[in-house]
Amino acid sequence: MTVDWNRQNFSGDNPEEHPAIVSIQENFPESIVGSGSFRGEVWGVVKSDKCREVLHYLALEPALSYDFLSDLTAVHFPGEDEPFEIVYQLYSIPNNSRFRVKTTVAEGQEADSVVSIWRAAEWMEREVYDLLGVVFSGHPDMRRIMNPEGFVGHPLRKDFPTGGRIKW
Amino acid sequence: MTINMGPHHPSTHGVLRVILELDGETVVNAVPEIGYLHRGIEKLAEQKKYIQVLPLTDRLDYLASGTNNLAYILAVEKLIGLEVPRRAMYIRTLFAEITRIGSHLLWLGTHAADIGAMTVLLYTMREREDVLDIIEETAGTRLMMTYFRPGGVVKDLPAGFDAKIKAFLDTFTGRIDEYERLLTKNRIWLKRTVGVGVISRDEAISLGLSGPSLRGSGVDWDIRRDEPYEAYDEIDFEVPVYTEGDVYARYLARIVEMRQSVRMIRQLVEGMPEGPFIERTAKYVLPDKTRLNISIEAMIHHFKLIVEGMAPPKGEVYSTIESPKGELGFYIVSDGGPNPYRLRIRPPSFVNLQSLLTMVRGHMLADVVAIIGSLDIVLGEIDR
Repeated sequence: MTVDWNRQNFSGDNPEEHPAIVSIQENFPESIVGSGSFRGEVWGVVKSDKCREVLHYLALEPALSYDFLSDLTAVHFPGEDEPFEIVYQLYSIPNNSRFRVKTTVAEGQEADSVVSIWRAAEWMEREVYDLLGVVFSGHPDMRRIMNPEGFVGHPLRKDFPTGGRIKW
Repeated sequence: MTINMGPHHPSTHGVLRVILELDGETVVNAVPEIGYLHRGIEKLAEQKKYIQVLPLTDRLDYLASGTNNLAYILAVEKLIGLEVPRRAMYIRTLFAEITRIGSHLLWLGTHAADIGAMTVLLYTMREREDVLDIIEETAGTRLMMTYFRPGGVVKDLPAGFDAKIKAFLDTFTGRIDEYERLLTKNRIWLKRTVGVGVISRDEAISLGLSGPSLRGSGVDWDIRRDEPYEAYDEIDFEVPVYTEGDVYARYLARIVEMRQSVRMIRQLVEGMPEGPFIERTAKYVLPDKTRLNISIEAMIHHFKLIVEGMAPPKGEVYSTIESPKGELGFYIVSDGGPNPYRLRIRPPSFVNLQSLLTMVRGHMLADVVAIIGSLDIVLGEIDR
């Protein structure tokens, strides 16, 4: 099943003015490949090899200080070259500001773990691995979290049937 | 010595397995194992229409179904861009706060019972029956409300609601005083909770802790105040923050939250506006059932919404609320079709449980139970 919509640009406010996007464009100009906004929420799309650097910068830069990792998840787009889009929802407690960072990885490519930046990512990355099959390099404990050990397959992928593959 | 605090355990508040490594009685390592209640809600949501996903969200944090529903409905409304009438906003906020009281009551009862104070459990269950009565009169069910819809609520408040809720509020503050008389200055309670399960401010933020557990560690952040939704910007309330970061601080934070919820509900009942309880936007909200025999447009819209589902715009939203457990977020990716393309639930208890090891290390086996209780986890939300 392919989705024929442009995932990078939606109607809404101008994302170019968001302080996080401006800072990333100044400091990591080749790493940001897109941005978008919808209903007042702004996100930036970053290349997967630069992702950990950019997130580290967003978390520690005093003016931005996105110190809280709200959520780390992934979405599966089966028709694309890089079908897994990893989404980081960031929140800055001092500035009360939200920002989203997205990156895409190919099948079999390892994403970079951000456990060294936010320890909250530990279980979130395990869940992405368990349900979608994206491996995070540098993760201290990369194993399944929801499904039992020995489970074969990644249930949240679009080609995994909702009823499962085993006849109970 | 490795001990298994197995999934069947009266004090783990659900099917949680904790593998404890002990040195004598001191905990050296604690590894929680989850997944025993994994039902695949996110996968199921991709096969269902947006309105069919709503009852699934009730079953996430099954003790506080109102806030789960509210978080999902707010995300859907943000995606569509629906406006909600003021009366509906007040009703939804009121039920979110009633749900918070119900959830904290159950937390207090089970937390105290785990530590040994069984009387508190029986008292809080008595109050919770009043809360469930109020919910049942309005929504029809006790636990799984499913009372909210995109655009408002499914039916108006019943007659006599005002009097019933004011009667509840008038007695409830005295009841919270009773619980505090039993616990807050009790020497045994203090010995079991002060200094136990301490987590520092920076560790808590890094681990993604949220809600009253984070406010017990000195972080002044409450989504109701900082990113207000529904009617929270029209009422006054205080957000309790304590700096010690131990079980006692988290206990106090939730007790004060209950008092503030009473204050909020009083303001909402007194200021309840008149008006419609749902915005019947034709393409997204079902028409009034009584109009189906009168108007052909109503019949057509009803038919299309039930059979085909609504068609929201393409896009994605991440909408968060302050649930009784912490930051509950819904990330919906829509491809324009009747089913969500991806529904991600950011469960507060899932992220909060990660801090268990930090809090438990160095304490004794009996403290593990107190610390799990103070985190206020619900396995339905953790496993989805």
